[in-house]
Amino acid sequence: MFYRLSGVRHNSYASDSKMFNIPADRNATVFFLLLGLAAPFVIPSLYLNSYVLPWLIWTAAALGLNLVTGWAGQLHLGYAAVMAVGAYSAVHAAKFGVPWEFALLIGGLASSVIGSLFAFTALRVKGLYLALTTLAMQFVMDWVLTHSPAIAGGSHASLQAPTFALLGQKITSDAGLYYVAFGWCVLVTIFMLNLKRTGLGRALVAVREKDFAAAILGVNSFYYKVVAFAASAFIAGITGALLVATFYFLAAPEQFTVSVSIQVLAMVIIGGLGSIIGSYFGAALILLMPGVVNQIFGWLANMLGLELGIETFAHIPNAAYGALIIIFLMVEPLGLGKLYANIRDYLMIWPFDQLKK
Amino acid sequence: MDWIFLSELTVNGALTGLLYSLVAIGLVLIYKSSAVPNLAQGALTMTGAYVVLAFSHNLGWPLWVAIPLAAVIMFLLGMGIERVALRRLAGRPIVMILMMTMGIDIFLRGTTLAIWGGSSRSVNLGVSYDPFFLGDMLLSRIHIVGAAVAIALFVGFLLFFRTRLGIRLRAISDDYLASWSIGISVERGVGLSWGLASVVAVATGVIWGEVQGVDQSLSVLLLKGLTVAVLGGLDSIVGAIVAGIILGILESVGADFLDPFVGGGSRDLIVAAVLILTVMIRPHGLFGRHDIERV
Repeated sequence: MFYRLSGVRHNSYASDSKMFNIPADRNATVFFLLLGLAAPFVIPSLYLNSYVLPWLIWTAAALGLNLVTGWAGQLHLGYAAVMAVGAYSAVHAAKFGVPWEFALLIGGLASSVIGSLFAFTALRVKGLYLALTTLAMQFVMDWVLTHSPAIAGGSHASLQAPTFALLGQKITSDAGLYYVAFGWCVLVTIFMLNLKRTGLGRALVAVREKDFAAAILGVNSFYYKVVAFAASAFIAGITGALLVATFYFLAAPEQFTVSVSIQVLAMVIIGGLGSIIGSYFGAALILLMPGVVNQIFGWLANMLGLELGIETFAHIPNAAYGALIIIFLMVEPLGLGKLYANIRDYLMIWPFDQLKK
Repeated sequence: MDWIFLSELTVNGALTGLLYSLVAIGLVLIYKSSAVPNLAQGALTMTGAYVVLAFSHNLGWPLWVAIPLAAVIMFLLGMGIERVALRRLAGRPIVMILMMTMGIDIFLRGTTLAIWGGSSRSVNLGVSYDPFFLGDMLLSRIHIVGAAVAIALFVGFLLFFRTRLGIRLRAISDDYLASWSIGISVERGVGLSWGLASVVAVATGVIWGEVQGVDQSLSVLLLKGLTVAVLGGLDSIVGAIVAGIILGILESVGADFLDPFVGGGSRDLIVAAVLILTVMIRPHGLFGRHDIERV
């Protein structure tokens, strides 16, 4: 009952490379899937739409970045720019009268095209220089968004998104919007879970470990870099479009600035590079942290009878956000995903510790 | 386009560019010794300026006390950052090191603003705001002072790298494993370079704080400093100066040509374009060392 490895014997490669090769993992996944489906009936709609929905969408975004940074090992500091491309093209398409299903697809493909442009710098450089180029491209994209009225609707303007609809049904209820976000997040997660079992996933990991070595083994490293950038940009584009369609309801350049790029990267790193469950944890931590920190400081200030200025309060979450990144990298550079894996490994053989290999 | 206006743009651009070099020198010092791209240099600059202000405005001490004192504090802060945060990341993937410096950047910005507030303040360096006439050209005095500081720091570091300590730092940047094996304390050298970069950040913060006021926008200098550092070669101090002048001129003359077409604000675009083109065409920059990677 406790010993979760009991009865698990893989006698063939096929059974060893199953998506869940331990029943406990599968059971946990099914449990959380059911919990996610039941969430609108359990969680008050205020929490559902202001915490759970953005969490799921940002998790999908983090998973997309994890694909290119965690698996293909390519640094990407312009992820928010790619999300912006998807969001703006989808909203423009939807405004033009294209059904949302296709508008999302258009957003994803447009992002893919722009995202592949990012990849062409990966042809020449990698590591630090790739990071700097993607950062510069993010600034270019910011500039384009704020300086082209045709895209953003004017400087300091925002673009109203048409009501989200799927299969001709307008989706306006809180539960409906939640299910859209939930569905997308589950789709991305299934894709990522399967990716590591495919040749593509293994090729990406080979490129991450050492691209020259991968090339010697016959893995066309540039091709796989472009694929990684394009696939992650596709996810980013649809995620950005859904973020606007189901959460912000309007698109503005400030939603996709460089600090957002850094935020998504922070989710990936705090969650753990290449860890899927870690992306869920990382997104949750980064999204919840500012509110929690402000509560704690407000409570502390009350306790100690200190008068903290509004400005101080406004900047404390930022300082805490930075501190969180620093502490995580110092204490557990592999992130929350690694912490989860440690606990899981411990519980996997509990109470028979002597079986540990 | 008359020639006086163009030469004025060029000279002012070059002076502004030398101010960018100040940021770049800090970046280069750290990259040279430890191959860490310090994305927190902008935030360090801002912190340096705020520390100076804390002494000169909040405590009312004269600037000639406040600036050296701030330099000492920032030196210790820089060494502390290296000791606490960066040292244990040595050998980790570059993405973690980058993220660490970005985390430090966010943390420093948040902390300084939480303590001292975000409203813009001036350093009151005592440099007159009257323009300086060179022939028919109008030049800004504070830019001249800043450019002089940049040149002075540059000469100072050139001399420093000829001292015993400087030679040690050069050995570390050349090959840290070899330096280790002949008894040079690599850790101390890297810590020292972080300290020096933080002192440079104080100078940068004071000059830029006088140019545009001390507030959060000081940390935005990072992109320009980074572009200058990459253009000059991330491990070359000469490169930082030369590239600063080049970028400054490109930016000021280019923006003047481009602005009418795109409706203003093309400076940032030029900077980003220079960064992208440099990395695409010549990643090791004008004077940087070209490392060859082996499997």
